[in-house]
Amino acid sequence: MTEWLSGVLFIAGAALALLAGVGVLRMPDVFTRMQASTKASTLGLGCLLAGLAIRQPEVSFVVRAATIGAFMMLTSAVAAHVIARAAALGGAPLWNGTVIDERPAERADSENPRD
Amino acid sequence: MLHIVFAVTLTTLAVAAVLAFIRLVCGPTLPDRVIAIDLMGVLIVCLLVVVAASTAQRAFLDVAIVIALISFVGTVAYARYVEREPS
Repeated sequence: MTEWLSGVLFIAGAALALLAGVGVLRMPDVFTRMQASTKASTLGLGCLLAGLAIRQPEVSFVVRAATIGAFMMLTSAVAAHVIARAAALGGAPLWNGTVIDERPAERADSENPRD
Repeated sequence: MLHIVFAVTLTTLAVAAVLAFIRLVCGPTLPDRVIAIDLMGVLIVCLLVVVAASTAQRAFLDVAIVIALISFVGTVAYARYVEREPS
């Protein structure tokens, strides 16, 4: 039973990681690529860590798996935010189908001299 | 049964790393390449987790923790570099 469950979790995690790879390759925009990478890779790694903790139910494995999971959950959001901020400040081109872009207003505000 | 699962999982992760590497090579802008490198770091951590599960060696998990730490710091450093670079 646990063997089946961990196998399903491993397959699900690998499929999500492959989805992240396909999304990074096929998405039209820096920001859409970034969200595909971040979400799918975080959930995929979570599935793989759950499969590991079910497959090897020892304290040393479970503690290390929980450490990796907590660290990646915390840092992937921060890293994605930092990259998106750098891309937006650098004026990265947007996809044609983008619905809303709030950058020109911010840029006009920041370019106005404060006096 | 489970060794077939491990083989399929490792192959899928390798294919995902190849896709990220294609984006790294032909990414039009610098943030695209930074995203591809970040994804490749996450995929290396995934590979190490699967290898640790298949071989029951907990040293691979220590390596995964260290690579996750270094990958995060590297991503933030690359983002600072992208932000400072005049385009």
